[in-house]
Formats: sequence, C-alpha cells, structure tokens
Amino acid sequence: MNTKVTTIVVGSILEEGPTLNLAELCQHCQTPAEFIISLVDQGVIAPVEGSSTRKWQFHQSALIRTDKALRLRQDLGINLSGIALSLELLDEIDNLKRELNELRHFAQL
Amino acid sequence: MEYKDYYDILGLKKAASQDEIKRAYRKLARKYHPDVSKEDESETKFKEVGEAYEVLKDPEKREAYDQLGSNWQGGQEGFQPPPDWDQNFDFGGGGYTEGNAQDYSSFFEDLFGGDRAAGGRYTHQSGQGRGFQSKGENVRAKIMIDLEDSLNGAQQSVKISSPEINANGQMVSKEKTLSIKIPKGIKEGQSIRLSKQGSPGHGGGEAGDLLIEVAFNTHPLYSINEKDISLNVPVAPWEATLGSTIQVPTPDGKKVDMKVPADSQQGRKLRLKGKGLPGKDAGDFYVVLQVMLPPSSDPKVKEYNEKMRDEIDFNPRSYFF
Repeated sequence: MNTKVTTIVVGSILEEGPTLNLAELCQHCQTPAEFIISLVDQGVIAPVEGSSTRKWQFHQSALIRTDKALRLRQDLGINLSGIALSLELLDEIDNLKRELNELRHFAQL
Repeated sequence: MEYKDYYDILGLKKAASQDEIKRAYRKLARKYHPDVSKEDESETKFKEVGEAYEVLKDPEKREAYDQLGSNWQGGQEGFQPPPDWDQNFDFGGGGYTEGNAQDYSSFFEDLFGGDRAAGGRYTHQSGQGRGFQSKGENVRAKIMIDLEDSLNGAQQSVKISSPEINANGQMVSKEKTLSIKIPKGIKEGQSIRLSKQGSPGHGGGEAGDLLIEVAFNTHPLYSINEKDISLNVPVAPWEATLGSTIQVPTPDGKKVDMKVPADSQQGRKLRLKGKGLPGKDAGDFYVVLQVMLPPSSDPKVKEYNEKMRDEIDFNPRSYFF
C-alpha cells in the first residue's frame, strides 16, 4: 500500500500572537537594543504598553517593521529618519491602493 | 552556464565610469528593493543588480570580467570562461564579497565564488564557530489566497528558497515546498509566522522564522477591506424608493433576506454585523445598493418615465442655484 505523507505546517497569525519585550524583539531581529530604541524614538515602531524601556511590550508586527528597517538601512544605506519616512510613505501607498481597489469594485457596475 | 551581461543589467555602456556605475546601482537598488517595489520579479532583479554591482564596482574584478566578455557574443547558448581567464588576478583567499554570496548566480559563483571563497564570509563563520552561536535569519515569503481560504481556513503549498549550509560549510540557496495552513480570519497584510522554518542558525543556534505575508486575490463578487467584506447589490429604482426585501448571497455561500428601507439612495450601505472575516474581532458584511435603471427601449419604461417627468415635482439639483 502506498501512503503519501504530507506534513502540514501550522503557523500563527503574527499580528495576533503574544507581545514581545525589548530583549525578545532584539533577539528575533538580531539587532542591538539601541537600534530598536532609535526606531521607537523615530516613531517607526511603538510599544503597546510600558512606560520605561524595561517594561516595553511590542506587537509582533514590530518584528516585520524592524526587519524592513534593517534591510533598508543595509541594502540602500538609508539613515533613520529616511527609514521612517520611507516606511510611512509605503504604508500610505498601501492604504491608497486598498482604497482604490475598493472604489474600483464599487464602480464596476 | 549562462553568461550575465552586468552592464546591461545596470543599463550601462561598457565605457561607463565608476561613478556612473555607482549611480546606476543606487537608482536600481531603490527601484527594485523588495520592501519598496510592488513588482513580482523585484527580488530577482534586486539580486541581479546587486551581483552586477559587486563585480563592476571593484576595478580588478571589472577588468577580469571585461576580458571575459570580449570572448562572448550575444545569443550564445552556453558559456565557458577560458581556463586562464583570471591568471593575472587573484580572487582566491580573502573574503570575496560583502554581499550575501548565496544569492548570486552560478555564473558569479563560478567566476568569483565557490572554492575560491575559502576564507569567505560564511565559511569563516562556521570554521571559527567554537563558542560562537547565533540564531538563523528570518525568511520572508508572500502568498496569494482567496477570500474563501480566510473564511474557512485552508491549506496551501508555498515554494520557499531558503539558504542552507552544505557539507563544505558554504551557504547555498535551497528550494523547498511547504504545505501550510491558512489560519481562519487572516486579513490582507498580516503574516503567518512559522517558527524555526527560516534559515538555520550558526554554530548550533536556533533556526530563524519563516514569515509569510498574505495578500488576497481579487474576488469576482466581494471586495475586502481589513476584516469587512462588501458586495454590490443592484436594485430597481422602485425597490429603492418603496423599500423591499431582496435575497443576497453571503460570503459563506448561503443566502440571506435583506430588508431595503424605503427611500434608499444609490450607494446606501446595509450592514450585517459579524458576517465578515471571522476571528475574535469578526468583520462585518456590507451590502452596497446600486440603483439600476431599466432601459428606455422598453416602451413601458418610456411611458412611465415620461409620466413621472410630467407629473412629479422633483429637482435633484435644487442646491446648485
């Protein structure tokens, strides 16, 4: 008898996962805390709670944003304020595209 | 192997100056950066551009490459460098590149990489690995799913190329196919995180994660915004004016009777709470009324409309003047 075995990998929705503290975020992104702190200072990522850095908790989406920031810095040599500006503009483009798609859908008839 | 025309990739002539090469590279790197570009092929193009720059920015590598190119004519199928092409240059030994070598083509690898890279970045790391441990990198991928996949949960296979360390301690890019489960209620732009499915760690460190960003295919009927789903529903003018009960299809494949209130204007949104994408904050389902006019070629339609024009006092543009 031939049985085909397929392994199905089950993941979690990153944005809905448990929050991360500063150390965990650093570890996941392989970057020093100074860089994360400077991203928070620039408003690129924001902790959901915590008044002092030691109590900071981040949504897991901060992982993706930090990764993006790291790549932009490494690949394109963009400095921090440049990174902040690019990410904001990219978000804006995403929002506009979504809105445009919705309007296009309504205009279809 | 396939010959790579690095000048062509950067859109340059062979006589380009080092400054021109740098400018062309920077411009294209910004254009094709996978985090910036929305093009499908951006990642491949970005790597190609990086590889071209890696060779052309270094005068020594560039000279060697130029000599090589003079032996090649466009349209040639296979390409073999002459055996002594690099006799005047020394690419062996030292770290040959600062880039991610595993991303480069076999053409590059054969000329500047491979065994010549002994002492290069990655071999160096694993060679001196005593006591040195680090987590592998996170790998990113993207998948397109259908609305139904998020509504009901689904399974989909994804092809991922992830770097691995081979027996010689070199980084190689390996393609693998994973069958993954799409979590119910996932919305556009969210990512599925698969722990430890990314790049392997160094020196016994933990593997990185695989992060798969989700985007939706356009649906013929429904449009999706965050967790809300909308549907255009055509109604006749009298249905909108007098009010009526109409049957509409819901995203879960069922039908529902909806009450259209009297005096509903074009574009009015009717909401079915909690019938959008599922989850702890389930989205809503919106029915958007689209008033459709019957054609005036029908004599009856013509007659009634003429009657309305003559007998009803209605000026929709009263606020203009």
